[in-house]
Amino acid sequence: MNESHQTALSTWLLAMADDQLILAHRNSEWIGHGPILEEDIALANIAQDELGHARLLYELYAALTGDDPDKLVFFRETAVYRSTQFVEYPKGDWAFTMLRQYLFDAAEMVLLTQLVDSTYQPLAQAAAKMRNEELYHYRHSSAWLKRLGLGTAESNQRTQTALDTLWPLAQQLFVPLPAAEFLTTDGVIPPATVWQEAWEQVVRPFLHNCDLAIPTAAAPPTADRAIHSPYLAPLLAEMQEVARFDPEATW
Amino acid sequence: MVKMAHIWQALNEVADPEIPVVSLVEMGIVRDVRLDEQANAVTVVITPTFSGCPALHVMRQDIETRLHTLGFSHVTVETTLHPPWSSDWISEEARVKLKTFGLAPPPRHGGRLEVTFFAPTACPYCNSTDTRVKNEFGPTLCRAIYYCHACQQPFEQFKAL
Ligand SMILES: [Zn+2]
Repeated sequence: MNESHQTALSTWLLAMADDQLILAHRNSEWIGHGPILEEDIALANIAQDELGHARLLYELYAALTGDDPDKLVFFRETAVYRSTQFVEYPKGDWAFTMLRQYLFDAAEMVLLTQLVDSTYQPLAQAAAKMRNEELYHYRHSSAWLKRLGLGTAESNQRTQTALDTLWPLAQQLFVPLPAAEFLTTDGVIPPATVWQEAWEQVVRPFLHNCDLAIPTAAAPPTADRAIHSPYLAPLLAEMQEVARFDPEATW
Repeated sequence: MVKMAHIWQALNEVADPEIPVVSLVEMGIVRDVRLDEQANAVTVVITPTFSGCPALHVMRQDIETRLHTLGFSHVTVETTLHPPWSSDWISEEARVKLKTFGLAPPPRHGGRLEVTFFAPTACPYCNSTDTRVKNEFGPTLCRAIYYCHACQQPFEQFKAL
């Protein structure tokens, strides 16, 4: 792999890993606050799985750049994170959390299915590993979306409100990253449009069957992953607090 | 000179940190062993069950500690993701031990994980299949929570993967 391809791939891997990490952290905020004990446990598990996926992706990134995954997570400033605003937004109510998880799980599932055939072997292998775990997540969040969408007038209305906010934000997931054409030409990753189309084929009919209306306006607030929502900095401040308090600590 | 068979035997004594009744070999976590007799070195290849499994570094340490007692000067533990770990690899003996431990073994799926979502799960205490999943997520990444209507006890299942 030549240098420009390597840079394009590390840029892409960092973005994917950051999304997993930030969403895992958001979901972990429900621990001790879940509506019922079972859901408390389920979200803690899903957060831990996503954290495991983030770690696999940071390790692939580190193999290309020589960085240390822990340092990337705990000592990187807000400005150099590459997460989407979609995962940064506060956890909101249960409908917001479950809808975001559903939209993300669907995106992850179709992406991993495509990445299993990546020409970059380490990525193809990591994708095959993550995909089966993702099946459990998708089952869980899609079951909740049915309950919420088809449940009561209030649950439907709350989920619809969440969808109106999250649908445009979700579009940022599919904005092609700098120099991604190097990767798509070589079959390392699928083109963003192919990923997005596969995602829409899954989520559009599903949301419709949950009695939810997909907003027509769908432009993400920004196409640039360097521009963050005001919510990322406080999240990182909390997540990084302990590690930064004593950078040399070991356990 | 330590023979390959001795190494596997020693590895078969290294317990799964979360389920101490079964070994890392029985769980299908140990994938390969490479011996370099001249350098008195051994390399063990392991694969994680669930990718967020926090027990991986404990497994690595336990393997190193156990193999050092065989007299190797160098013990290396490598991890691989390929092929991805499958719960189908859990041996018959280990399945019996899981049950004794109170964990229902995972149904076999032959690579089609989806089929396990509808498989009946027998209670590890009374063998009844009059059971219901209460939560597909449990106290660790690899466990789901069930309830048995026959003996009216909750139990856990080692999840299929
Ligand atoms: Zn029973």
